[in-house]
Amino acid sequence: MTLSFALRHRFPAISLDIAFEVPATGVTALFGPSGAGKSSVLAAAAGLFRPDECRLAIGDEIIADTRKQVWLAPERRRVGLVFQDSRLFPHMSVATNLRYGMRRAPPGDIGFDDIVDLLGIAPLLARRPHTLSGGERQRVAIGRALLAQPRLLLMDEPLASLDAARKAEILPYLARLHAGTRLPVLYVTHAFGEVAQLADTLVLLEAGRVLAAGKLEEIAARADLPTARRDDAGAVLEARVLSHDPVRRLTTLGCGGIELLVPLLATPPGGRLRVRVPAREIILARPDGIAAGAAISLHNILAGTVRALAEDAARRATMVEIAVGGTMLLARVTPDATARLGLTPGSRILALVKSMSIELVDREE
Amino acid sequence: MGFGLPPAVLTAWLLARTRFPGRPLLNALVHLPMVLPPVVTGWILLLVFGIHGPVGDVLLRWFGVRLAFTTAGASLACAAMTFPIMVRAVRLAIEAADPGLEQAARTLGAGRLDRLLTITLPLAAPGILVGAVVAYATCLGEFGAVITFAASIPGETRTLPLAIFSVLQVPGGEALAARLSVLSFLLAMAGLLVSEFLGRRLNRAVGR
Repeated sequence: MTLSFALRHRFPAISLDIAFEVPATGVTALFGPSGAGKSSVLAAAAGLFRPDECRLAIGDEIIADTRKQVWLAPERRRVGLVFQDSRLFPHMSVATNLRYGMRRAPPGDIGFDDIVDLLGIAPLLARRPHTLSGGERQRVAIGRALLAQPRLLLMDEPLASLDAARKAEILPYLARLHAGTRLPVLYVTHAFGEVAQLADTLVLLEAGRVLAAGKLEEIAARADLPTARRDDAGAVLEARVLSHDPVRRLTTLGCGGIELLVPLLATPPGGRLRVRVPAREIILARPDGIAAGAAISLHNILAGTVRALAEDAARRATMVEIAVGGTMLLARVTPDATARLGLTPGSRILALVKSMSIELVDREE
Repeated sequence: MGFGLPPAVLTAWLLARTRFPGRPLLNALVHLPMVLPPVVTGWILLLVFGIHGPVGDVLLRWFGVRLAFTTAGASLACAAMTFPIMVRAVRLAIEAADPGLEQAARTLGAGRLDRLLTITLPLAAPGILVGAVVAYATCLGEFGAVITFAASIPGETRTLPLAIFSVLQVPGGEALAARLSVLSFLLAMAGLLVSEFLGRRLNRAVGR
């Protein structure tokens, strides 16, 4: 099943022309600078803003199609929206807030107790919203939206108003939510850390257009996109724990046909997790440049093929997109290195990745 | 005042939250009693609700209700005079209620009336109450519109200022007038204090 969305609208300052088709399960992150049109997408999907043209369908359920004069009012869409500023009703208790949408929705399979449990808000039920911390408020707002039994959940920078500690407090709940429901989620953010942690699919927006849309793994490793110009640019890989070696204190991960050695993890074999390989941490070498078994501290020597190169003039750097096994890596090296190695698309290359530089993205599954 | 409040809330909501072509006209109409001489308001009421007026005639013949020169008539005159005060207070309260909360209620499946009853009005309750209490206190002091529409019939349509005025017309009535004035002062003070107190309590209840 796919979720398809299209929007065309002319604002005085900018015109939007945004369309994407993404899987109808899992989290799709809408990522881009402010003014890219992210919030307009959410407002239109919720029905709070009616663009000149808009179509929204989940599978064959059409929620909006302005060409066919289909435009459900927000209160009849069953599309949940979590606002940046939580918008809890101040004159109601947390429990009454949670039940507000539930009472108005047809019975569904998202249960009150399950949600209270999942979000850890049982101790808050009798409290008033103004007595809650920002993170608690946001958890209640997420619960309230979910209990309205939505067909689609929209989240508008739900963590943007929180400080780093509160973000860290709420992210595990979001990850659990992600693992626990099959609901499609559109998640707007301009924090790439949240994308790496939560998203399955990524839609990159800029100035009212879609730059790229696809699986997070593929988009994050592209050399030509703005994501590659970030300090924290790098591939995000879905990994499975293959084996542990307690003596060497190493864990072997399998990601798309390649194996990576990382410092010993607690996750049992077979467990799934997500790792980030920062682009600036990758060293490139010619295939004959490193002898097998060389006296070097490095563990991960991956043979691959250069797929694309892109200049990052501001950083005096070249971004190199490399296919290794069934997945992709992104490396940031100097233009001089690119020239010395004679890298062009199609070059055979070794990507050297320090075990210590591979970052684990927290995700409970 | 009792029958002035519901239409005042409705009018205030219309003015605060909706946009329609006749809105400025309605706005002006609502505020008219505040700027018009009260005697003129009373006279207009007499024209409309008097036994020969278009509405008064129907009320008398179909329901046997007479408003002019009765207690109910005095109340109607008061309601008309305090309507702008109530509408203003309620409208300010509704405008102060965060429209973002109504949006949130919409995405949670609440229709227009549902939102008005469960979100907007509870949030505006402190303002509505304060408006009502102030209007009540103002009612007690109504003079011009009441005397024109309902006259000054002792025990029926005589408001406090009408009573004070009539005892002042009688030689030696100053002592009684002074007592009535003190009463009037106390009622007004009580009204203002009660509205302040309730407003604060309710504000706390809606989490401000």
